[in-house]
Order: sequence, then structure tokens, then C-alpha cells
Amino acid sequence: MSANSAGAGAYTGSPGATTNHQGERPTMLKVTGLQKIYNGGASAVEAVRDLTFDLGEGELVCLVGPSGCGKTTLLKCIAGLMPPTSGTVELAGQSVTAPPPGMAVVFQEYGRSLFAWMSVRANVELPLKEKRIPRGRRDELVDESLEAVGLTRFADAYPWQLSGGMQQRVAIARAIAYEPQVLLMDEPFAAVDAQTRADLEDLIRQIWQRMGVTVLFVTHDIDEAVYLGERVLVLSSSPTVVQDDITVDLPTERDQLTTRQDERFTELRARVYAQIQQAKNGTGADQDAASVAP
Amino acid sequence: MSSQSTAPSTGSRAGASVRRAGTKVVHVLLLPALLIGLYAYSSANSDSYYTPTPDLIAAAFVELWFSERFFADVLPSLARLAAGFAVSAVLGVGLGVLLGLSTRVRALFEPVLEFLRAIPPPVLVPLMILLAGIDDSMKVLVIVSGCVWPVLLNTVEGVRAVDPVLADTARCYGITGTTRLRVLVLRSASPQIMAGLRLALALAIILMVISEMFASSSGLGFAIVQFQRTFAIPEMWAGMVLLGLVGFVLSTLFELAEGRVLGWYRGLRAANRGE
Ligand SMILES: Nc1ncnc2c1ncn2[C@@H]1O[C@H](COP(=O)(O)OP(=O)(O)OP(=O)(O)O)[C@@H](O)[C@H]1O
Ligand SMILES: [Mg+2]
Repeated sequence: MSANSAGAGAYTGSPGATTNHQGERPTMLKVTGLQKIYNGGASAVEAVRDLTFDLGEGELVCLVGPSGCGKTTLLKCIAGLMPPTSGTVELAGQSVTAPPPGMAVVFQEYGRSLFAWMSVRANVELPLKEKRIPRGRRDELVDESLEAVGLTRFADAYPWQLSGGMQQRVAIARAIAYEPQVLLMDEPFAAVDAQTRADLEDLIRQIWQRMGVTVLFVTHDIDEAVYLGERVLVLSSSPTVVQDDITVDLPTERDQLTTRQDERFTELRARVYAQIQQAKNGTGADQDAASVAP
Repeated sequence: MSSQSTAPSTGSRAGASVRRAGTKVVHVLLLPALLIGLYAYSSANSDSYYTPTPDLIAAAFVELWFSERFFADVLPSLARLAAGFAVSAVLGVGLGVLLGLSTRVRALFEPVLEFLRAIPPPVLVPLMILLAGIDDSMKVLVIVSGCVWPVLLNTVEGVRAVDPVLADTARCYGITGTTRLRVLVLRSASPQIMAGLRLALALAIILMVISEMFASSSGLGFAIVQFQRTFAIPEMWAGMVLLGLVGFVLSTLFELAEGRVLGWYRGLRAANRGE
């Protein structure tokens, strides 16, 4: 164990094994041999078989996979909300056993993740109060994030007075205002229209660039995965493993029109599409090709 | 010109709202007036000593309750009621949160609680007299022994029903401990808690009267029994009318409080129904 590196850099010991695809960033999130079996019901359900991957500090990675393959399960394990059956999750070198500070999660069931007895503003503000951020700065953060998702006018409304897409944006605003180091998002744009969705995609990239936050973004939209991510992880259908790990070598500055017309974009999109198709048909659970072993 | 043209319309709007309020008053008072009229008619046509006419009851009402008896009987009753209700609320919500949050504590306590709940509170009065004497604390204890259950059981249900996604959200954002209790658990369970408190309030009035009918020297329950035994029939009726009014006023006040606490819940339900 090398003593010269601390905290997030604790895993930079041997470069080949511990840095991510980008090669130069220290590892932020490390998932090793993760398996999750639900034992609650009448029979055990193996939601996730064996997942191994890592995210570099400040990386934006998209996760795609067929419905029911265990994306939400994986996110909950990473967030420390649920212990894995076997395998480990490490955040900045620390094993995750409870929700770590500095991590924000946007849940798939966005409507149920809002406090119905609080206004939109209070919903966004509550985690900041818990973080003991002083009043003035708090107001600033809330106003900025509501503005960013286009809900300034609805600050005093209650969540149940909003449409599904608007509720989803409140959940996103709350996560942004929190200024997390790691942001987990579970299909956060599922309920919004195409135009808002494009705006929110650009917002996420903007925030990611500005704040250097590490993002794991679950989506079922292939175009979105390629447009947003620096990397796309494709999960197989169950028994779930990482089927493919695709580096998106598009320029950092992306634009809804030009990027999506880029030849490289089309190629990547086709590749992700083929992988998902394979995942769905169950022909792609070829574990040798799937693992991200260096 | 313009002021002339708007004046009549505001006038008619004000008139309409006055008329609406009037209609509402009529709606509320129609049935009570009818019932009183019916009673007046039948009591006037009967020579039973036990059903005095409304004017006799009203006279007794004024004479009785606008005198020092208000301080001797009504205030002590109301104080016991308030104390019993408050203790039940605090105890019921406190224990309910404890039981609702922990499966283990619940498993430990549930059988005992089910047994205790099954005992009708009035049969506790003789025991309470032995244990706590015949003073106010006995009466408060009787009220609590009946009222705590609906609060407790409803609170347990409410706490157990906290949405798991919301609970996960709170955990992720570091909302724990007393803040979690305050902003998540109690608020989320508040519809059930309020339903429990409403039941408890109705029970509290009944138990207050019952507890005062035994070994007592003051209170509304005591006064009514005393009037009955001394054949002061209009006074007995006046006591019953006052009890009815107390119940009505308290439930109206409760409804106001509930409206404030559960405004969000009503809105949410209306939104779900598509109103
Ligand atoms: N609490 C649970 N108890 C038992 N089985 C569960 C539970 N939660 C999820 N599962 C099972 O685990 C598997 C993965 O579920 P998960 O919700 O993680 O999928 P997902 O990839 O997020 O799907 P989607 O894209 O539709 O959201 C499914 O087969 C599901 O039935
Ligand atoms: Mg999911």
C-alpha cells in the first residue's frame, strides 16, 4: 500500500488496474463483483449477478440496459440504501455501508420522493438546511437551481399541484442545489417532453463541467446515453453483468443539433443499440467480452 | 360613467354573497329548528313531568350556567377533559411513533396492548378510585385509559405507512434523528394521527361524564345525575343541552385545527381525484 496517496487517490497504486478509461483520473466509485439477491418474496430473485466497473473522479457515465435488469437495484446499492448480497462498493476508497455524505440521488419514482406537505422551495431547501448552509447562500442555491430547471414561478406551489414532468424537475433541482460530489440519477427525464428533455440534458452537462461532479446516469434512451456520457455502460438482461463499456470519444462541448448529426455519434449509437439488442435477446451475456478487466 | 356601470354589478355581487351565506345558515339551522319545534309540540301536548317544554329548559339553562355553577361544574369538567385529551395525545403519539418505527418493539408490546385495549374504560373506574382516589387524577386517568388507544393505533399505522421512497430520499440527504421525526415521520403520519385524535375527542367527552358520575362532587356528569335524583328535570335537560353544545364547539374547533394541519393532504387528495 503506497502511503503517498490519500483519500480519493488511495487506488492509484498500480495505474493499469486502478485508473479508469481516461487513464489520468483517480477512481471515485469502485463497484466490485456486486451481486444482489432479493429474498423478500416467496422465491429469491437475483436482480444483479456480478457487476464490476469503476468511475473516475469527475466522470459522467451513462448506464443503459433492458427494463428489469437491475439498474435501480445497482443504484440503491451504490447509494448505501441497501446492502449487496456479495461484492463491494467503494466511494473515494471508503467502503459504502450507509448513504455517504455528498451524494445526491434522483429516484425513478420522482413523485414519491417529494415531501407533499412542503412547497417546492421547501423541498429543495430542506437538505441544505441539514447541511447547515447559511440562510443567504441557501436562498441563492435554491433560486439558482429552480431557475435552471425552469420552475421559478412555482417555488411556492406544492408538488401535487405540478405535472409529472415538473415534479421530476423539482427532484433534479433539489439534487443540483445540494452540490454533491457524486450524483446518481435514475431515468430522471422519463416524464418530460422532448424540448425540456434536451434543455435538461444540456443543464446536466453544464453542471457536470462547472462543478466537476461525478455522475452516474441511468437512462433507457440510447441517444441520450451517447449524447450525455463520456462512457456508456451496457448491462445485460438478467443474470445481469456489464455487457459492454463504451468510451464516447465525442468532443466535450456538445450541441443538440451538431453533435447528434456527427458521424461518430451515429456510429456509437449503433454500437450501443446492437449491444442492447443482444442484451435483450440474452445472446450477449458473454462474460469474457463483458467484464471490464484491464 | 364607468363608476356608474360598475357600481350595480359590485352591489349585486355583494348581494349574491349575502344571499349565499343566508342560504347556508338556513341549511345548517333548518333541521335543528324542526327538531326543536317537534319536541316543543309533543312536550306541550303531553303532561309528562319528565319532558318539560323548551322554554322551561331554556330558562333553567340560563339560570344554571350563567351563575357560579359554571365555575363549580363546567370549568372543572372542561379542565379534566383537556388534561385527559392532552395526555392521551402525547402518550398515544409518542408510544405510537416508537412502536411504528421498530418492528421489534412492536412485536414485544402488541399482545399486551391488544389485551389492555379490550378492557372497556368504565370498568376501570372502581380500580382507579382505589389507586388514585376520587380526585381529578382518577377522572383524568379514566379518560386517558380510553382515549389513548385510537391515537396510539392510528399513529402506529401512519408511521408504518411512510413511503419507502421518501424515507430513502431523506436518508440520502442526511435527514436523520429528530429532524427526520419532525419533517418526515410525523408529517407523513399526520392524516392518521388526526383521525385518531378526532375519535379520542369524542371518547373523551363520554368518559369525562362517566367518570364524574361515580364518587364525585363536581362536574357536568355529577350535576346531571344530581338533578335527576332530586327531580330537577328542567335542570337535568339543561345539563344535557350544555354537554351537546360542548361537544359541538369542540368538534368545530378540532375541524379548524385539522384544516390547518392537513391542508396539504386535502389538496393532494383532491388533486388525485382530478378536481
Ligand atoms: N424489493 C424487491 N423485491 C424483490 N424483487 C425485486 C425488488 N426490487 C426489484 N426486484 C427485482 O429485481 C429485478 C431488477 O429490478 P430493478 O428495479 O433494479 O430493475 P431496473 O433495471 O431498474 O428496471 P427499469 O428499467 O424498469 O426501472 C427485477 O426482476 C425485479 O423484479
Ligand atoms: Mg429502475
